[in-house]
Amino acid sequence: MTRYIIRRVLWGILLLILVTALMFVLFRILPTGDPARLRAGRNASPKIIADIRRDLGLDKSLPAQFWVYMKEVFLHFNLGYSYYSNVPVRGLIAERLGATLSLMLGGAVIWLMVGLPVGILSALRRGSWLDRASMGTALVFVSAPEYWLGLIALYLFAADIGRVKIFPGAGSYVGLTSDPWKWFTSLLLPWLVLAAGSAAIYARLMRGSLTETMREDYIRTARAKGLSERRVVLRHGVRAAINPILTILALDIATLLGGAILVEVVFDIHGIGQLAYTAIRHSDLLVVQGTVLLGALFIVVANIVVDIAYAYLDPRVRYS
Amino acid sequence: MSTPGDPPLLRVEDLRVEFPTEDGVVKAVDGITYEVRRGRTLGIVGESGSGKTVAAMTVLGLTRMQGAKISGRVVFEGVDLLGLDEVALRRIRGNEIAMIFQDPSTALHPLYRVGAQLNEAVKAHQNVTKTQARARTIELLDLVGIPDPGNRVDDYPHEFSGGMKQRAMIAMALANEPKLLIADEPTTALDVTVQAQILALLERLRGELGMAIVIVTHDMGVVAEMADEIAVMYAGRIVETAATEALLNSPEHPYTWGLLRSIPTLDGPRLERLEPIKGSPPSLIDPPSGCHFHPRCEYAQPDHARIDPELLPLPTDPAHKVACLLEPKVRRKLWEEST
Repeated sequence: MTRYIIRRVLWGILLLILVTALMFVLFRILPTGDPARLRAGRNASPKIIADIRRDLGLDKSLPAQFWVYMKEVFLHFNLGYSYYSNVPVRGLIAERLGATLSLMLGGAVIWLMVGLPVGILSALRRGSWLDRASMGTALVFVSAPEYWLGLIALYLFAADIGRVKIFPGAGSYVGLTSDPWKWFTSLLLPWLVLAAGSAAIYARLMRGSLTETMREDYIRTARAKGLSERRVVLRHGVRAAINPILTILALDIATLLGGAILVEVVFDIHGIGQLAYTAIRHSDLLVVQGTVLLGALFIVVANIVVDIAYAYLDPRVRYS
Repeated sequence: MSTPGDPPLLRVEDLRVEFPTEDGVVKAVDGITYEVRRGRTLGIVGESGSGKTVAAMTVLGLTRMQGAKISGRVVFEGVDLLGLDEVALRRIRGNEIAMIFQDPSTALHPLYRVGAQLNEAVKAHQNVTKTQARARTIELLDLVGIPDPGNRVDDYPHEFSGGMKQRAMIAMALANEPKLLIADEPTTALDVTVQAQILALLERLRGELGMAIVIVTHDMGVVAEMADEIAVMYAGRIVETAATEALLNSPEHPYTWGLLRSIPTLDGPRLERLEPIKGSPPSLIDPPSGCHFHPRCEYAQPDHARIDPELLPLPTDPAHKVACLLEPKVRRKLWEEST
């Protein structure tokens, strides 16, 4: 098992190196604009641009630049400086990770708390009005784009522009440490919008997975033992049905940690997603690169976590 | 042991089980009646699709959640189980009546330790502590012949061989010393040598614990070995039932003949051909008219497609019943000629 984990981690690191190299190719070699000119701003004199070019090491050969770049990223975790605001990219990311983390965690809790029970009930009462109603609603939320749902939510419920003013609107986010209550209320609407689509997806996944599991022979065995139906469903059915869903959950969480772009932009939450969005609009290439690398890191880590978790969730995996 | 005069442990009366499906109503069990006496073994034999498994599962109410329409009576120790609600039925399941299934590799939960699954069976019906349940579990594993039960109790099912899994399933079924064990094709998924071990184990346990067994199988060899009485099922009905001896020596129904002729024998002449029963089991949605077996019966007469035979006792042996439209004398002659 340890050997397996080490191998997985090494593969993960290799993958990150490849992603980083790919970004070097995308942003430095392919014509995307001259970083020195972008950094210098408008109306800069050729001398200033040349100075900046030397400062950034852009006058060196491409292989030399590549070496420096890789060394900085992997040995010093230095992602460079924003062309736009001239602050370290690492700092920008660090100060925004909290908001993204808050958004993701609350959203995940809500979508699991809604999606899994709805999925379980639907699986047990297939064809009932409850099943039809919840699967129909799920279809609506799966199909609704997040930004549209976000705008509708603001239009209906935001304190400033809403028809029914019950939730704080866009731009009201504050950090957990500065005011926990305000943090909570300002995130309620974004959480609900973020969770709506995922709750629907998880309800459908759970329904499908549990429906299949409830047909297994070991469910019949559990019933033949004289267990209560509740125990049969929760201890025997759900326990087996939830494994594939946990895999998807880990990857969803990783993706969201890389920035819930649409929800963050609509609600003006200063998280990673919004950082990436602004950076793209300003051609702030190093910041874009930083957020992409962060996303890749989360995905790689999530994959390793899933593999290790599986060994604990399913004893059969441990031996093969 | 019981005498024939005692009330039977289990009496199934005119049991019918239907499943409504998109293609029509499947009459899986179409009015069967049988009895099991204390400490005795009844073998229910038939091809796949004859309704024998559904009949067995319905005794424990395990077809209820599949949306089955059930009628008739299942009287166990004087109580009609079909009239019980889920809560009352749960007290019987795994306690008074236990069941083992065809494929032990899918019947055990893959994510829980074997011991945990047995503990659960013990604790479902006995108010015992964890330590007591575990001690009982180890005792049970020992009883069914699992070596080193103190250690194997913590194994997962995939660490057990097929035969050991079935032994574990049997141990689980015995957890609360049931009065009746229903074994649904308990050896079908196992290697031949393991089959014999499992059958020997069931025989031994029946003797030691004095429980009755209903063994459901397609294998005449298995019932010949195990059963005191045999019921032969075809298309959801019992077509012949008798004491094992009588059924094997003087079978009356052409379908039973077919089942017996399709068993290979080791001591017979080697070139003698096995005779399969022609055709395949009928649809249970739209079964053949008259005698359900008539399309596959070599001896069918034109009016057999019209008249539905009743299961009637033989004048010579009231315990031997058969549902066949042929004259008893004609049947005797046909069977004697063919052997």
